[in-house]
Amino acid sequence: MTEHVGLRSLKLGQKARIVSISSGGELGRRIRDMGLVPGSEIEVVGRAPLKDPVALRLKNFTLTLRNNEADAIQVEPLP
Amino acid sequence: MNPPASHLTAALAGNPNAGKTTLFNALTGARQHVGNYPGITVDKKVGVARAGDRRLTVVDLPGTYSLTAYTQEELVARKVLVEERPDVVVDVLNATVLERNLYLAVQLMEMGLPLVLALNMMDEVRAKGMEIDLKRLSELLGVPVVGCTARNSEGVRELVETALDLAEERRGSWRPLHISYGPDLDPVLSEMVCAIEREAFLTATYPPRWLALKYLEGDEEVLALGRAAGPLAATLEAMAAKVADHCQKTLASYPEALIADYRYGFIASVLKQGVILAGVRERIAFSDSLDRVLTHKVLGPVLMFAVLYGVYELTFRLGAYPMDWLGNFFGLLGDGVTALLPEGLLRSLLVSGVIDGVGGVLSFVPLILIIFMLIAFLEDSGYMARIAYMLDRVFRTFGLHGCSVMPFIVSGGIAGGCAVPGVMAARTLRSQREKLATILTAPFMTCGAKLPVFILLVGVFFPDNQAQALFGITLTAWLAALLVAKLLRATIIRGPSTPFVMELPPYRLPTLKGLVIHTWERTWQYIKKAGTVILAISVILWAAMTFPGLSAPEAERYAAARAELAARIEAAPAAARPAMQAELETLVAGEQRDRLQGSLAGRMGTALEKVTALAGFDWRTNIALIGGFAAKEVIVSTLATAYSLGEVEAEASAPLVERLAGDPAWTLARGVSLILFIMLYAPCFVTVLAIRQESGSWKWAAFSLAFNTLLAFALAAGAYQLVLRL
Repeated sequence: MTEHVGLRSLKLGQKARIVSISSGGELGRRIRDMGLVPGSEIEVVGRAPLKDPVALRLKNFTLTLRNNEADAIQVEPLP
Repeated sequence: MNPPASHLTAALAGNPNAGKTTLFNALTGARQHVGNYPGITVDKKVGVARAGDRRLTVVDLPGTYSLTAYTQEELVARKVLVEERPDVVVDVLNATVLERNLYLAVQLMEMGLPLVLALNMMDEVRAKGMEIDLKRLSELLGVPVVGCTARNSEGVRELVETALDLAEERRGSWRPLHISYGPDLDPVLSEMVCAIEREAFLTATYPPRWLALKYLEGDEEVLALGRAAGPLAATLEAMAAKVADHCQKTLASYPEALIADYRYGFIASVLKQGVILAGVRERIAFSDSLDRVLTHKVLGPVLMFAVLYGVYELTFRLGAYPMDWLGNFFGLLGDGVTALLPEGLLRSLLVSGVIDGVGGVLSFVPLILIIFMLIAFLEDSGYMARIAYMLDRVFRTFGLHGCSVMPFIVSGGIAGGCAVPGVMAARTLRSQREKLATILTAPFMTCGAKLPVFILLVGVFFPDNQAQALFGITLTAWLAALLVAKLLRATIIRGPSTPFVMELPPYRLPTLKGLVIHTWERTWQYIKKAGTVILAISVILWAAMTFPGLSAPEAERYAAARAELAARIEAAPAAARPAMQAELETLVAGEQRDRLQGSLAGRMGTALEKVTALAGFDWRTNIALIGGFAAKEVIVSTLATAYSLGEVEAEASAPLVERLAGDPAWTLARGVSLILFIMLYAPCFVTVLAIRQESGSWKWAAFSLAFNTLLAFALAAGAYQLVLRL
């Protein structure tokens, strides 16, 4: 079984599938609104000049979130 | 009773960045009316769309990703849907990101209002090689689907007709969609629905299953409504709590998250049934390669500062011309009135109160026009989101948002800006707390009106290092703004930073029509709302600087002395006249000073002397500072009057510099203290009105007056006492 890691640890250009999101409240809701739900595939497409926030590619669009917000998201890295 | 067909109303819903505003403009053209939703600063735009002789009133809802109760935008959108019960809802979707955009559509369908899906950006869909079967999507969802491209009005007429047909057919009936939420939630949902239907609990306004879902989601607004409605609320809350507990134990999840999963599951299952015929060729390539440069770790910030500097330069350079014309026009008008009317109160009221006041209102218009044009361009093009992305890390440290940079810069972060368009530029901030902190601290920056005051003081106290001192003042203003923002966010605007999760929309070229409409709306709002109040306040300030003035005997004494001197000049030989003329000027300047000291502002300044002595200010400084509330450059001219120097222009203050530099009362301690005070104290009243408009409440406008002045005084007094003891 593949190991689950935090979204923060992904490298630039790495792809992964979301396994779980451990955040409720407003942050959890915003994450889900954007289509970040278990099963969706993401790719890290950029980091801001100060390494935070991070830019993610989802199905056909790009979104950004802060590293500490990304910590709520567990992913399974894809080859 | 059903409304006549000609009065049908549609609500326009949709995600931010789905092209909702562009579609609204395409639907209604210039026939729109902008107002405000009560309590929040999101615009409420209403317009009329036509198809043949049929008309459809269109209400633009705030852009939202869902219909929960977390943001003001969502609450407002929900309120309009529930309370105004539009005859039809048009949901605008970005067809290139169909899956995520359908998330809001599903929630609208669960409410059950008559719904039309407008799949926007079909041109981009085709360009990407995507193929969407609209008919199939419509069959599967059971709602009409229309493809369109708002940018070039493609499909817009069909959309209006479809919406009108649906509105006429459904006659306001709601048909909520039921989707399955799986074995963990479905049983309790049906149980809740039974109870709600049995007691007709809030069912006059909401569909039962929707209510039950909101209980499971822990929706605070619905919970509060329920508690007010009856005892069933407690039962429903208990059921929701039990399920939440169960979800936590067995799935380590929240019902809210589970509900979202099933909604996305429902969407995925629909899309899999032959809706998307040709897969997406990844073609965000263009945007991506732009981003590789525009958000590059070195080039990105460099280009960003160039853009910000460009915005600043364009606004104030370009704005200078129309501002000059307006200034000249009102100057001429003032001169004309001065020539036509005899000297006296009426002339003074018209020239110094009304004409200067109206001129003041209008002089900001070019700036507001240009800044909103540029900001609309940056927003619509997608670059504003990148600015927020690059600067978030820095501004978050101070409890602000990456977008706070724009208001700061425009307000005078680059010395010479203006806080009025600066505060208005905070519109781009969607997160309330960050926006408020930005609005309240941006006026600390060195605006164009404070600049001549600082130049005067720097000329007096740092004659050999003027440039360095001015630069130091600008840096200090930034430091003060950031630190006070941090302070406010830790105290009265306390709260976690709003989640940053946000879309980076692909770069697009904005449409001219969109830019023009957007800019005009903002500017007109300013003229209409601020205009009248500004005029009233400038008349009040004029009165405070004029009345009661000199006592009757004193006025008579001055008049007699003037007449006597004038007669002597008349009689004197030509050679002696210049000296006597100078004497007359001194006499008039003395009269002006006494009149100022005798005015309400002068009396306040004198009365406050005991307190302000702590910061080293005498009555003259106090009056000047009171005058500065009208506009900061007034400080210079008022100070000149108080020093019996007669008329001194803010831009040519050399006589005043000389006078102050030679005055032993103007110590370095007073200079430092005064610079700090002017930097931080109450914004000018036009800015205060802008704060009222952008924060949506007088409370924050009043707060900025009181808090800034107290803070400024505390720091100025501290600095004064410190420098005195050095």
